[in-house]
Amino acid sequence: MTASNLSSRLRIGQLANRSTGLRPDLLAIASLIQPGEKVLDLGCGEGDLLRYLQDNRQVVGRGIELLESSVLACVRLGISVRQGNLQEGLRDYPAGSFDSVILSQTIPYLNDPSFIIKEMLRVGSRAIVTIPNWGHWRCRLSLLLTGRIPQAPGLPQAWDAAPRARPLTIRDFEEFCDRQGFASAGAIYLQGKRTIPDRFDKDLRATTAVFILKP
Amino acid sequence: MMIVEKTLPNIDRSVGLVETQFFTFAGEIPMNLESGESLGPVTLAFETYGQLNAGRSNAILILHALSGDAHAAGFHSTTDHTPGWWDDCIGPGKAFDTNKYFVICSNILGGCQGSTGPSSINPRTGRHYGLSFPFVTVADMVDAQRYLVDDLGIEKLLAVAGGSMGGMQVLQWAVRYPDRIRAALPIATSARHSPMLIAFSEVGRQAIYADPHWNEGNYYAGPRPNTGLALARMIGHITYLSEESMHHKFGRRLQARERFGFDFDTDFAVEGYLRARGNGFTGRFDANSYLYITKAMDYFDLCNGHANLAQAFSNSTGIRYLVVSFSSDWLYPAYHSKDLVGALTSAGADVTYCNIQSSWGHDAFLLEVETLTGLISNFLERVG
Repeated sequence: MTASNLSSRLRIGQLANRSTGLRPDLLAIASLIQPGEKVLDLGCGEGDLLRYLQDNRQVVGRGIELLESSVLACVRLGISVRQGNLQEGLRDYPAGSFDSVILSQTIPYLNDPSFIIKEMLRVGSRAIVTIPNWGHWRCRLSLLLTGRIPQAPGLPQAWDAAPRARPLTIRDFEEFCDRQGFASAGAIYLQGKRTIPDRFDKDLRATTAVFILKP
Repeated sequence: MMIVEKTLPNIDRSVGLVETQFFTFAGEIPMNLESGESLGPVTLAFETYGQLNAGRSNAILILHALSGDAHAAGFHSTTDHTPGWWDDCIGPGKAFDTNKYFVICSNILGGCQGSTGPSSINPRTGRHYGLSFPFVTVADMVDAQRYLVDDLGIEKLLAVAGGSMGGMQVLQWAVRYPDRIRAALPIATSARHSPMLIAFSEVGRQAIYADPHWNEGNYYAGPRPNTGLALARMIGHITYLSEESMHHKFGRRLQARERFGFDFDTDFAVEGYLRARGNGFTGRFDANSYLYITKAMDYFDLCNGHANLAQAFSNSTGIRYLVVSFSSDWLYPAYHSKDLVGALTSAGADVTYCNIQSSWGHDAFLLEVETLTGLISNFLERVG
């Protein structure tokens, strides 16, 4: 199974903001988007983020989503969405079609994250990638004390559940970006709903990280 | 004998009683056809549902498939119990909501249900055109529709929509008259007829040629090539189903008998279905029209004259597209729609695409009403 439908299938959601109805990591992404941008949301789920961005940032939004029921939900919200996987979805866009290309909480499910991010940086001026942080202190402690593989903060999913996730930490992702030559243009670290400072202890404290990448 | 008041079924969500109208044009100056020939006068049969608004901005043109006609919704009389062919999707509160939209459907050029086609009388000879009828293409069908839309005083259609060959006309509208439409809904279709589709067309045509009554198309004074036409239709119906839907619909059930007959009468339910569909078709369709229309479909290729499909749409990116395919449709498989969506995306168009999970094969575009209704009505809401 490809990852593009995850945000809708997995309940990252218990933390959704009351006034906007938007998950904290999506709100963090929204804070990075300038009015009038062209935005592509990969695995856009039921279109909540794009709807929010269209209403509050007047963006020109496009989504790619694997799951039929989520595609129908997007259309209900008036979102332009294409059903399909990320590979084929990205391929058709000419280089530089978007200001921002978003990949939210989907990295653990990708077979070839490097290829997808390269494609994101081809079709967009920047990529916004959020990851769940398995390096959070609770995860570390949980493995030590219970002897069981920890579930990512905000991604409650047993190790054998589908779609299969590959755990990663903030440090893993930073090293991966260095190796691949993806330049970081900033990051936001979230502990639940709160933004926490970019300090030495963020690896331990952040539940989710939002990375801005440039070619 | 009790007198039962005749009522129309589902009248509350039906457009009710409708009448086919006729529009004749190109009487003085014939219309030019893609083949280089010309034709005139031309009559189109058409129906309309709902009201055209004051701004003339709520018109939707519905385009029918190979065997369809102008009668897309409603009933022709109070004793008529078969509604128009897309009645499930056209009417008050339906996908194409006639409380909001003015819906038009015309019989295609080359057809045989009121529009000019090979079974029409050639005014120059006083006889049926037969095979003297010029070849028409999907682009010619669209041109004829444009005459009708002009005559109705509609500068810009809100949308054009159709499945199968109707979808080809939708795409042709988008490429040929991009400034005349705001949205395009090609459903279960393809930007070009594949070799497999051409092959099925050809087998259907061969069935008609092989019927001795066909007589090179000159049969209007005598018996009609019903055997050939019915056979062509039977082949067609196989391609509209899926293996799964045949299992579901017929299984290996026998038709009106308990055991194998060990004869060549109808044993299986699926045989009975095909025979009934084939025979029923001969009562309402003209064999020459079948030949001409399948040929028009075979000629259809939007890439013609372009480096690639994306280039064909380069002037059509101001239109909003809703592309729909069905998972079990092997006649116009999802990857045809994906190619189309890819080309539209590359060209820079605003495309929404959904591949609806369905076991009904190509027929799904007439049967997956609930999903289509949600998709289409929500999509149109944003266009309108």
